[in-house]
Amino acid sequence: MTVLRTLNLVRIYQNGGVPVPAVRGVDFTVAAGEFVAIMGPSGSGKSTLVHMLGGLDVRTSGEIWLDGKRVDTLSESAWAVLRRRKIGFVFQFYNLVTNMTVADNVELPALLAGMSPREARERREYLLGELGLTERAYAAPAELSGGEQQRVALARALANGPQLLLADEPTGNLDSRNTRDVLKLLGEVHGQGQTIVVVTHDAKVASKADRVVTLADGMIVDDASMRRRRFTPGTAGDVVELRG
Amino acid sequence: MRLPLLALLAKEPAHGYELKQALEQTFGSAYPSPNIGQIYVTLGRLEKDGLVRSVDVEQSNRPNKKVYFLTADGREALENWVDEPTEGPRVRDEFFMKLVLAPLTGIADRMALINRQRRHYLSLMRDLTELAERTDPGDRVALLLIEGATLHLQADLDWLERCQEDLVT
Ligand SMILES: Nc1ncnc2c1ncn2[C@@H]1O[C@H](COP(=O)(O)OP(=O)(O)OP(=O)(O)O)[C@@H](O)[C@H]1O
Ligand SMILES: [Mg+2]
Repeated sequence: MTVLRTLNLVRIYQNGGVPVPAVRGVDFTVAAGEFVAIMGPSGSGKSTLVHMLGGLDVRTSGEIWLDGKRVDTLSESAWAVLRRRKIGFVFQFYNLVTNMTVADNVELPALLAGMSPREARERREYLLGELGLTERAYAAPAELSGGEQQRVALARALANGPQLLLADEPTGNLDSRNTRDVLKLLGEVHGQGQTIVVVTHDAKVASKADRVVTLADGMIVDDASMRRRRFTPGTAGDVVELRG
Repeated sequence: MRLPLLALLAKEPAHGYELKQALEQTFGSAYPSPNIGQIYVTLGRLEKDGLVRSVDVEQSNRPNKKVYFLTADGREALENWVDEPTEGPRVRDEFFMKLVLAPLTGIADRMALINRQRRHYLSLMRDLTELAERTDPGDRVALLLIEGATLHLQADLDWLERCQEDLVT
């Protein structure tokens, strides 16, 4: 089943009268339960693409289909409803609500999607626990480090059990241990059937994906499915070569 | 394997099999389980070079075993090894050669080469990620080695991206 599909998607910005083509004709399909990583150099259009997929930016031309319905023609308020119910979004620069605690930031989308307060709290406790943030639940976002805010943003995006998780550099500010927690959670929800589209420079994140799509200059230049290999190395020694 | 064996012998004299076990214990899954034949060959060469010596120790009901110990020259070689800065890995220039030269001959285009190389790195990364997940969290030496390999691979991928930006028009 196809969750997401774009047809010849184009986004051209106007920069003081000069057209800047950021996305130039992207045809892209994501099946239910698939985990897709989008890679590519800085400025290749990754954020622009996922913003359009989440209804946060308007396409110049082309089509976006979500769950069998055409959505690029939706109004802003219709998009807001869709995001509440079906899409979780992690921004490259987190966008947490500054005057709410971490716990409330995470519970709010769950409540908006119709969960009971108790369900929302349990979901929040689970997600913050997985990301090592239980102790920060009652802090304000401004009291958190960049890496902590980014993990809260991921917890928030997953709070309503979205049909589609869109994440823009979810490990961009994390050290290796926090990256591991994020990867573990992504792997876990993916195992539960979560469909994921993640923009990343981090090859560890990409290596978790079923598919890696590479953008260059606003176009897809590679779309590689990462089949599991039959061969599984026995020890690090088979993968890592020590010299000496 | 020469210097690691000298280092182990600096701690205490040992026979070949004990050295194999010591390597396994120290590096855990991070080290390719050393082949005992390889260890004996290396010990033989070290002995020929005067860096170790051996004595035959009698064992009841079994053939004699050779116990190796470090010589003064061996200790000096070991100290020199420890004192020297260590060469880091270099850029993988074989791929770079392909990338620069192959298009000139019309054999392949650069984007295809870069894509194939990226897929290869990503599948190596997947192996490393899975290996890290399967490694006992207490095995810190192995995990550090895996992390080192991961970081090198990430650098290779970043560099590939730079090649893509600058060489593919
Ligand atoms: N609001 C905007 N107005 C004008 N140009 C824009 C705007 N947003 C992005 N661009 C341009 O569009 C192109 C693609 O930008 P985008 O943010 O999608 O890249 P990216 O692949 O996400 O890069 P990064 O890896 O640095 O996050 C760039 O050339 C950028 O300068
Ligand atoms: Mg971006």
